[in-house]
Amino acid sequence: MTDLTKLTAAETARLIRDGEVSAVDVAQAHFDRIAKVDDRIHAFLHLDTEGALGAARRVDEKRAAGEELGPLAGVPLALKDVLAMKDVPTTCGSKILEGWRPPYDATVVQRLRDADLVILGKTNMDEFAMGSSTENSAYGPTRNPWDTDRIPGGSGGGSAASVAAYQAPLAIGTDTGGSIRQPAAVTGTVGVKPTYGGVSRYGLVAFSSSLDQVGPCARTVLDAALLHSVIAGHDPFDSTSIDQPVPPVVEAARAADVRGLRVGVVKELGGEGFQPGVEQRFNEAVALLTELGAEVVEVSCPHFVYGLPAYYLIAPSECSSNLARFDAMRYGLRVGDDGIRSAEEVMSLTREAGFGAEVKRRIMIGAYALSSGYYEAYYGQAQKVRTLITRDFARAFEQVDVLVSPTTPTTAFRIGERVDDPLAMYKADLCTIPSNLAGNASASFPCGLSPDDGLPVGLHVMAPVMADDRLYRVGAALEAASVQRWGHPLLEEAPEL
Amino acid sequence: MPAISRDEVAHLARLARIDLSDDELNHLAPQLDVILQSVAQVSEVAAQDIPPTSHPLPLTNVFRQDEIRPCLSAEEALAGAPIVDGAQAVEDERFRVPRILGEEA
Repeated sequence: MTDLTKLTAAETARLIRDGEVSAVDVAQAHFDRIAKVDDRIHAFLHLDTEGALGAARRVDEKRAAGEELGPLAGVPLALKDVLAMKDVPTTCGSKILEGWRPPYDATVVQRLRDADLVILGKTNMDEFAMGSSTENSAYGPTRNPWDTDRIPGGSGGGSAASVAAYQAPLAIGTDTGGSIRQPAAVTGTVGVKPTYGGVSRYGLVAFSSSLDQVGPCARTVLDAALLHSVIAGHDPFDSTSIDQPVPPVVEAARAADVRGLRVGVVKELGGEGFQPGVEQRFNEAVALLTELGAEVVEVSCPHFVYGLPAYYLIAPSECSSNLARFDAMRYGLRVGDDGIRSAEEVMSLTREAGFGAEVKRRIMIGAYALSSGYYEAYYGQAQKVRTLITRDFARAFEQVDVLVSPTTPTTAFRIGERVDDPLAMYKADLCTIPSNLAGNASASFPCGLSPDDGLPVGLHVMAPVMADDRLYRVGAALEAASVQRWGHPLLEEAPEL
Repeated sequence: MPAISRDEVAHLARLARIDLSDDELNHLAPQLDVILQSVAQVSEVAAQDIPPTSHPLPLTNVFRQDEIRPCLSAEEALAGAPIVDGAQAVEDERFRVPRILGEEA
C-alpha cells in the first residue's frame, strides 16, 4: 500500500476526491508518523487529534454526499503556534502564554477550515518568532530531520521540520525577517513569504507589525502555490491587507516556465561569510535557470548590506511596543499576585518569569532605540535605510523580473553553536531581511546539497510587490529540472528517521 | 566607549517592566552593547534628505462602516483570565487585577 505521508498535497487531495483513500485514513497516517518520529524531531507543541479527525470525517461525509471538494480538501497541515486557533493552546513558544486557549480563529485558520484542510496541531517556534534556530522556544528546540544535531532554522523550525519529516505535507509559517524562508532552505523544503499585506494577519500574534507576513511551507512548489491561494486575499479584519486579486500563483506553478524571464543575481549577497558549498550550489542553480531560457545578469543593490542592522533596530522597536500587551492582567501567566504587590510589580515579575533571554534582549534594544535622545540615531536612521533598500529594489526591478541570492549564508548550524552569540545568529537572515523591509514577495526553493557537508541549500528568489506568481514560475521550473537531474526529489536523500 | 552601561540596561529593564536578576544584567549588558555598536552602522548611509519609511504599504487610514455585529461574550472574553491561587482572576464579569494605586495615593 502507498505510504500516505509521502504523497504531495495535490496528490493526496486527488486521491481523496476520487474516493481512493479516506481523509480520516490520511490524517491517521500522519498522526502515526508523528508518533513514530516526533520524539526525535520535536516539531509539534500540541496535537489536535480530535479536531483533526473530526475535520477529516466531515470531508469524507461531504464526498459521500456528492458535494464538490476543494483542491486541498482533506489534506493535513501543521500550523505555526503563533496563529490563534479557537480553543486550541496557542503559546508562541513562550511560557507567558502557556495554557492559553484563544476564543477565536485567525482569518488564516478560518480560511483553512473553509477549504477543508485538516489542521493536525501547532508547531514549535522561537519564542514570539524571535530567532533563526528554534532554540529560543521555551519548550525545547526542534531538530533538523537531515541531522538531528543541527537546527531546523527559525523561527518557523517546527513548521519546516514537520514538512521535511513527512509529518505533514503542508504547514503555515510566518516571516518577519526570514522565518519561513531560512527554515525552508536548511530543511530542503519550499517556503514562501508573500507580499506584505497579501495574507491577513488577523489573529497572528504580532512581533513586528510592519514586517510580519504569513505564508506557505511545502515539499513541492505546486503544493505551496495551492496553499498560498487558499490563505491569500483581502481581509477587512486586517487594515494592512491589500484589496487586490491574489496573484495567479497556481497557474505560475503549473506553467513552470522561465523562458525570457530576466533574473538578477544580487552582487552584494555573496562572497565573504558565505559557505563555499552554498555558493557552488547557488551558482549551479543560476546556470540551470540560464539553460532553461532565463536571461541572467548581475545587479547591484548597494544598501542591502545595511538591511541587517536596520532590521535589528526596527523589529525590536516594534516588538517592545507589541509585547507590552503581555501585562499579566487579561490572559496568560500571572506571577506574584499575593494581594499585597502592586499591578506594576506583578507585571514586572511575570514578564521576568515568562519571557526568555532573546525576547528580553529585543524588548530592551527596542526600548533603547525608541528612547528620547537615541530615537534619531537609531530608529530614525533605520527607517531611512528602509527607504534606501526599497529604492534598491525599485531600481533593480526596472532591469530584471526577479532577483536571486542564496537564502542563507551557510547550511544548518549545530544546536548550541550560536546560542550565546546573538550577532552570529542574526547573520542567518542577511539575505532574507531586505524583502521584509521593502514588503515585496520572496521564497526559498531547494537547490541541492552542499558538497562540503551534505546539507540542503536554498535558492532565494525575490519578486516585486504583488508579483508573487513570478516566484512560483522560477521555483517550479527549477524544481522540474532539478528533480530530473537528481532522478528524485531532494528530500529522498534525507536519512530515514 | 560602550554604547550602553549596566546602569542604563537596568533602567531600560525597569521601563520595560522586566524584573531582571543581577546575573541576567551582568550577562545582558555586554551583549546589548555589542548589538548596539553593530546596528549603529545604519548612521553610515542614511543622509538627511532621505525620507523615513515606517511601513511598506502606502496606506493611510482604512475606514469601515460602524455597524453593530456579533462579538465575544463577557464569559468568552474572561475565559483566558490568569490563574491566581488555583482559580481564575475574575470577579463580577471583570478581570480581577492587583492594586493599581500606591498606599500613599
